[in-house]
Amino acid sequence: MDRKIRILIGKPGLDGHDRGAKYIARALRDAGMEVIYTGIRQTPEAIANAAVQEDVDFVGLSLLSGAHNHLFPEVARLLKEKGGSDIVLFGGGVIPEEDIPGLKEAGFKAIFTPGTPATEVVDFIEQEIQTR
Amino acid sequence: MLSSKADDFAHKVRSCDQRGLARVLSMVENGHPLAPSILHSLYNPERSGLTIGITGPPGAGKSTLTNRLIMHYRRHGSKVGVIAVDPSSPFSGGALLGDRVRMQDHASDPEVFIRSMANRGHLGGLSGTTRDALEVLAAASFDPVLVETMGVGQAEVEIASLADITLLLLVPGLGDEVQTMKAGIMEIGDIIVLNKADRAGMEQLEMSVNASLELIPDQDDRPQVIRCSAQTGEGVEKLTDAIVSCASSGTWGKAIAQKRTTLILNGIIREKGRELARKLILDRYGSVEEAIESILEGKTTPYRIGEMLSGFLKNKRENKNEC
Repeated sequence: MDRKIRILIGKPGLDGHDRGAKYIARALRDAGMEVIYTGIRQTPEAIANAAVQEDVDFVGLSLLSGAHNHLFPEVARLLKEKGGSDIVLFGGGVIPEEDIPGLKEAGFKAIFTPGTPATEVVDFIEQEIQTR
Repeated sequence: MLSSKADDFAHKVRSCDQRGLARVLSMVENGHPLAPSILHSLYNPERSGLTIGITGPPGAGKSTLTNRLIMHYRRHGSKVGVIAVDPSSPFSGGALLGDRVRMQDHASDPEVFIRSMANRGHLGGLSGTTRDALEVLAAASFDPVLVETMGVGQAEVEIASLADITLLLLVPGLGDEVQTMKAGIMEIGDIIVLNKADRAGMEQLEMSVNASLELIPDQDDRPQVIRCSAQTGEGVEKLTDAIVSCASSGTWGKAIAQKRTTLILNGIIREKGRELARKLILDRYGSVEEAIESILEGKTTPYRIGEMLSGFLKNKRENKNEC
């Protein structure tokens, strides 16, 4: 069987700063993964729907507006509701240190803050896929 | 045991369980051992669901038009399936599948099922398993299923054999009229869509496309040419009317079942042929690399190996005659 790692990269909420999301999408592509990029200004509903339809292994969310404490857990909740609780969630963007434990509790395996090298994200994914 | 599992999956597809359907699409795409049994159980060449291929050069507006067509069919209450193919990297094998960006209007609509596929090295504008993915979506009673190819050049014509109706998108500014006279992609559209109708050069494009089509002797064989702007939606109604008239022509029903069956069987002959040849080489040499090594050592040539494969098939035939 020829199985590829499939990852959805999406931006929930209203900020349009998609450089980080595109940078990560590109890095994951170059690491041999299939990346579904959904673009900016997505509702949590739309992201969860797309993740289920695309049968991805991972969902990566990028957010710079400060609404992560609301939107990230909402994506996690909807994914679970739609039967995608086995999909691994990670996030990135301008996220204060003190918010990270709360997001992890909400189901996010990792949060990458500004300055993280792309290789760290690739390593995280490759490690996670081993445990599946 | 195996087949009851396959039946379970087939049932999930038919009842349009989103998670199950998505899983089956992955199984088909990855060549899962259960995939052939699931496809067998879903196979129905006389199904009513229509499949529409959308092809054209990169940036011609395929995703934007797909988005418009989804909008149109949703307004009419249809469940719409979409397969959007983008290229895999020839180096890393990875892919960036970005067609959903233009289809965001429908992202939260559960009656619209969009699946992105990487071509995984397959040539022809599609992936090797697009054909089967399309059957799966049709079996889940999505009607129509839209198949958007990668951006194509002059000869990626596979979509025409795969979809019931093929739309070829052209835009102004991509070359002179000799381009519209060439063989290949220009011959495959059931409907030719001249997109970006507001752009300069539209008149000229329309003239050269029409001039090239006039050379087709039988008027009924000439594809319709429709101007539209996928961006604004202008001309899209005319396009969907043309799709309806295409799909209701006299010989449609029988012809389409035959076309669907031919396509699937030809695909399977191609794949199994490749597998069989590979297996024979492995039996004889251990691996393809070792076969290459033998060739480099001067023990044989690629043509001799080819002869060996033909010889094997011939023996098979003779053995059968003896039986």
